[in-house]
Amino acid sequence: MKRAIRMHPHDNVVTALASLSAGEKVQVVSAAQEPLQILEANKEIPFGHKIALTKINPGDHILKYGEIIGIADQMIQPGDHVHIHNVESTRLQIPKEVKEREG
Amino acid sequence: MSFMGYERPDGSVGVRNYILVMAVAQCLEPVAQKIAASVEGAVAITQHYTCLLAGNETILHTLVGVGQNPNVAAVLVVGMGCESMNAELVGKRIAESGKPVEWIVCQDLGGTRPTISRGKEILSRMVNYARGCSRKEFPDAKLIIGLKCGGSDTTMGLAANPAIGVAVDMIVDAGGSAFLIEPIEAVGAEQVLTRRAVNEEVARQIRQMVANEEKRFRVSGCEIEFMCQGNIDGGLTTIEEKSLGAIHKSGTRPIQGVLEFSQRRLQKVPGPGFYLQDGTHYDNMAFSIMAAAGAQIIVFSTGRGATLGHAIVPMIHVCSHPQTYQKMAEDMDINAGTIIEGKESITEVGKRIFAEIKEVASGKLTKAEEFGYNTFSVYWRDPRLDTLLGITSK
Repeated sequence: MKRAIRMHPHDNVVTALASLSAGEKVQVVSAAQEPLQILEANKEIPFGHKIALTKINPGDHILKYGEIIGIADQMIQPGDHVHIHNVESTRLQIPKEVKEREG
Repeated sequence: MSFMGYERPDGSVGVRNYILVMAVAQCLEPVAQKIAASVEGAVAITQHYTCLLAGNETILHTLVGVGQNPNVAAVLVVGMGCESMNAELVGKRIAESGKPVEWIVCQDLGGTRPTISRGKEILSRMVNYARGCSRKEFPDAKLIIGLKCGGSDTTMGLAANPAIGVAVDMIVDAGGSAFLIEPIEAVGAEQVLTRRAVNEEVARQIRQMVANEEKRFRVSGCEIEFMCQGNIDGGLTTIEEKSLGAIHKSGTRPIQGVLEFSQRRLQKVPGPGFYLQDGTHYDNMAFSIMAAAGAQIIVFSTGRGATLGHAIVPMIHVCSHPQTYQKMAEDMDINAGTIIEGKESITEVGKRIFAEIKEVASGKLTKAEEFGYNTFSVYWRDPRLDTLLGITSK
């Protein structure tokens, strides 16, 4: 099974270590590579992109490396793709032009 | 544990033995290139901002520091004659390092051909001096290593950057120095960095540097990009995520200080240990600031792929993404993608990086050097912007 890595026990997102198709199951491992749980991708997830491990409410922090990497701007379900379409920085916003470029 | 380097008159140790031909302003870039082409081991550089000085001191500090870098054996400074940032001013400051420095002025010599001809004459003497410099053994404590990343993606916080961090800890433990220049890539990670500050004053300097850079990139009504398209395609969502991945390069040892980059000065690495450098995250401009601060080698991590080289500082490319490594192996010195594939540990790759640093320090050419990547550019920090934003240098 393909793997996704959780960098810190407090994290609510994991990073896909392979590209996943919608509905594909992935083995979540710890930073020390220990198996933790199985997670199902709700849609296609490119290599290196993040998947929600838990339900994240709008306004909740996104945690990776045990630190805050942003804030959810909409409801995120376990298995959802977590990226610029549903997360905002708490510090510096990516220019609108760049977000639109991304589609 | 040791490496083979070149001792310079000021006691610093170089890993390369360049003769630098520096055109203080771009009008003489072709002349500097023709002079440098006349001998092996010479490299021509210039800067493309302005030769006016007041308000542009960060450029002067960078040129002077680059001339003083221990990878440079001798320097010929070429000027037109009407600059404020003129050849004599730059040359005299570089000469404070004790190395051979001469300067020539086109308007005095009477045009292009006499300037090239005089420059070649001087270089033929300098090349004899440089040939007389030979490598000898120095302890690892003499290493000064700069750190930077580019073409970043989410693999870098998992593989290349923590592996570089292992190598950095080994350098610091051996009594050497390492430093990181990415003020914007500390935004969102300052709580991790300040925990490592040797004292409260250094913690304050870290917070100040990051807050200043954040202000420069958050000017109301002005959309300015700070993360490239490749970063986002590679899965990085916010500056905080990028920063938290990027700072893994810095290892785990205490942070001794923040090196100043301002109108007043460009501070050199003052001693052993780990430092942060103020400046910019724009790649080649950042390399020149690190060169001016005394870096002998720069370790550069990438996930998406990069081909960068600096005029006087060898660049070790550490590739974090296994597929990028497959595609661009000819440009990569170290494959850290093995960590992602589960074939090697972070520590194992870190030890390979440390070994590579010492080989490059002793003369092994990096991939970028073999290809002849030798770009040079300087970063100008606009003091008007800082003043309007209420930013002070300290």
